[in-house]
Amino acid sequence: MKKYKVLEDVAIADIAFEIYGKNLNELFENAALAIFEESADLSKVENKEKKSIKLNADNVEDLLYDFLSEILFLKDKDSFLFKKSNVKIDKNSLKAELSGEQIDREKHELRNDIKAITLHMFKVEKTKDGYKAVVVVDV
Amino acid sequence: MEQQSGPPKELKQVSEVVWELPTSYKKGMLVPARIYGTKKLIDAMDPGVYNQVTNVACLPGIQKYSYCMPDGHWGYGFPIGGVAAFDVDTGVISPGGIGFDINCGMRLVTTNLTIKEVEPKLKELVNTFFQTVPSGVGAKGFVKINNNQFNELMVDGSKWCIENGYGWKEDLERTEGYGKIDWADPAKVSDKAKQRGIKQIGTLGSGNHYLEVQVAQAANIIDEEIAAKFGIHTPDQVVIMVHCGSRGFGHQIGTDYLRIFSGVMKKYNIPVLDRELTCAPFASDEGQDYYKAMACAANMAFANRQVILHRIREGFSKVFNRSAEAMEMHMVYDVAHNVAKVEEHDVDGKRKKVVVHRKGSTRAFPPNHPELPSIYKKTGQPVIIGGSMETGSYLLVGTEKAMEDTFGTTAHGSGRTMSRSAAKRQIRGDKLQKDMENRGIYVKSASMQGLAEEAGFAYKDINEVVETLKIAGISKPVVQLRPRANVKG
Repeated sequence: MKKYKVLEDVAIADIAFEIYGKNLNELFENAALAIFEESADLSKVENKEKKSIKLNADNVEDLLYDFLSEILFLKDKDSFLFKKSNVKIDKNSLKAELSGEQIDREKHELRNDIKAITLHMFKVEKTKDGYKAVVVVDV
Repeated sequence: MEQQSGPPKELKQVSEVVWELPTSYKKGMLVPARIYGTKKLIDAMDPGVYNQVTNVACLPGIQKYSYCMPDGHWGYGFPIGGVAAFDVDTGVISPGGIGFDINCGMRLVTTNLTIKEVEPKLKELVNTFFQTVPSGVGAKGFVKINNNQFNELMVDGSKWCIENGYGWKEDLERTEGYGKIDWADPAKVSDKAKQRGIKQIGTLGSGNHYLEVQVAQAANIIDEEIAAKFGIHTPDQVVIMVHCGSRGFGHQIGTDYLRIFSGVMKKYNIPVLDRELTCAPFASDEGQDYYKAMACAANMAFANRQVILHRIREGFSKVFNRSAEAMEMHMVYDVAHNVAKVEEHDVDGKRKKVVVHRKGSTRAFPPNHPELPSIYKKTGQPVIIGGSMETGSYLLVGTEKAMEDTFGTTAHGSGRTMSRSAAKRQIRGDKLQKDMENRGIYVKSASMQGLAEEAGFAYKDINEVVETLKIAGISKPVVQLRPRANVKG
C-alpha cells in the first residue's frame, strides 16, 4: 500500500498530502513521514536521538492535527530532523516514539520548513482498506 | 469549486481594474466583494480567490467590501491578498485573516554603492549572509536571550533591538508603527510558542523568504523626486531587500489560536464556512487574547528583521572594509503584510474604529497621515512589494485613494500562479541556480528543492500587478528594483 501522495492543484503556494494506513497507527506514522520527507532528504538523516510524544484529544482528527503540530514544534525547539516514528493509538490518546538527529546544514539536504498544519480539507476517514487522511501544510 | 476555470459569471467590472461580486453571489454575504486586477490578471485569477473572498464577506461586522488585491491567490480562510475591516464592537478578528506567519513583511535598506563597486563582491556578500543570517528548516539564530528578555522583546519589538545594540535609533521611525505594536501581552502566548521561537531571532526561514541584493537602474526610477526622498538618488545604486516574518513563534501562535477559535465559533453563533476561517468577536475574551498574542508575534517579526538589518550592515562593513554609516546604509522602510490592526477610517461618511485585516496585503498610508514619521509626512508611506527572485521588486508610495477605497491598503508581492510540485517538475534547483548566474543573479539557498519551487515562472507578472495598483491609484510606483544576488531560505 502506498504511504502517501501529494495532491496536485489543491494548494498553489503550499503542499497537500493524501495519506493512507491500514490502521490508525500506520496512518499517523505515514502522515508523520510525509512531514519528515517534506523537511529533508531522509537518506542523509540518522536515527541518533529519540523523542517521545504523548497526547490526548477529543477525537481522532484533533489527535492527528495535534500530533503533526507537535512534530513541527519539536523541529524548531530542538532544531531537529525526524526520520522515523512509531505510533500507538488507544481511543483518543496517542503515544509515539520518534527518532532522528539535530539539523546539520552541511550534512543534511534540507527541503521546506513547514510553518503549520492547516485545517483546510483536513480529514481522517475510514476506507475499505483502512484509513485515509488529507493534510494541507503551510510552507 | 476550486476546479472551475475563469472568473464567475456574476463578476461585474466596476472600473478598469476593479471587479465586484454582489451580495447575491453567495448566501450570507453582508457586503459585496471587490477584486483588483487588470483583465489579464482577472482571467487568470485562481478560482479559489472568488470562493474565499466571498466567504470573508459573510463574517459579522465587515465594513464596505471584502477585498482581494491583484497579487491574490488561494490561501487559508482568507485569500492571500485579502483585506477586510471589521467594526470593533460588532465585528470579528480572524487568525485566517492574518495567516500563520504573523507580520511576515518586507524591509528595504539603501547603500551609497553602485552595482559596479558591488559586483565583484556579490558572491562574498551572499556567502557571508548565508552564514550570518541562518535560513532553512529549524535554523537557529545567534541572538542568545533568556525567557525574561524574550518577554521584553515581545513587548518592545524593534526598540528592544536598538537598546541591545542591534541597529540605529533612526531605524525605529522607518518601521511600520515604529516597530512595536502596543497591545502585546506575553501572558497570552503559550509556553510552546515561546520555546519554539526563542532561538529564532535573526533567522530567515524558508519557502519564499529571502535576503536580496538589488539594483536601482536609472531607467527603472519612475518617480525621481520621491525616490530621492526615500534614499535612492544615484543610477545603479545598490539596495538590500529582506522578506521574512515571525518564524516558528508566530506559526505556533497561529496554530494555538486556530484550535482555540475552532471551539468558540458555535458559542458566538458565527457560521463556519471553512474550518480555516475561524474567528471570534473582536470584543470577546478569545478575540482580545488572540489580538494580544498576535501583537507579540508581530513584535518578534519586527525584531527579527531588525537583527537581520544589523547583520546586513555588519556584512557590508566586513566585505567593503568601511563602516555602515560611511556606506549610508539607511533603512527605507519596514512594512508588514500579514497583520490585523485597529485603525480609524471613514466608512460611509463617518469616522470609525475598525480592525483592518491585511493578509498578503500592505498598509499604504498617504501623505500627512498622523502615523507617518516626519521624514515621510510629505511623500506618504513607502510600500515595498517583493517579486520573485528572478524578476525583481518594486518600491511604491501610499496614496489618499488607498485610504478612500481600500482601508489604506495595497498589494504585497507578485503572487504565485503555479504549484510547488509543478515548478519543481519544470526545473531542477541546481539548473535554475546556474541559469540565474548566467543572467547575472547569484543565488544561494539552504534547499535546492526550495529554490526550484521559487522559480520566476511560478509567479504572476509583477509589472501587471503594479500596473493595476497604479491605475486603481491605491499606491504609486517609485522605483523598480532588479535582483543581483539572493540568499533564499
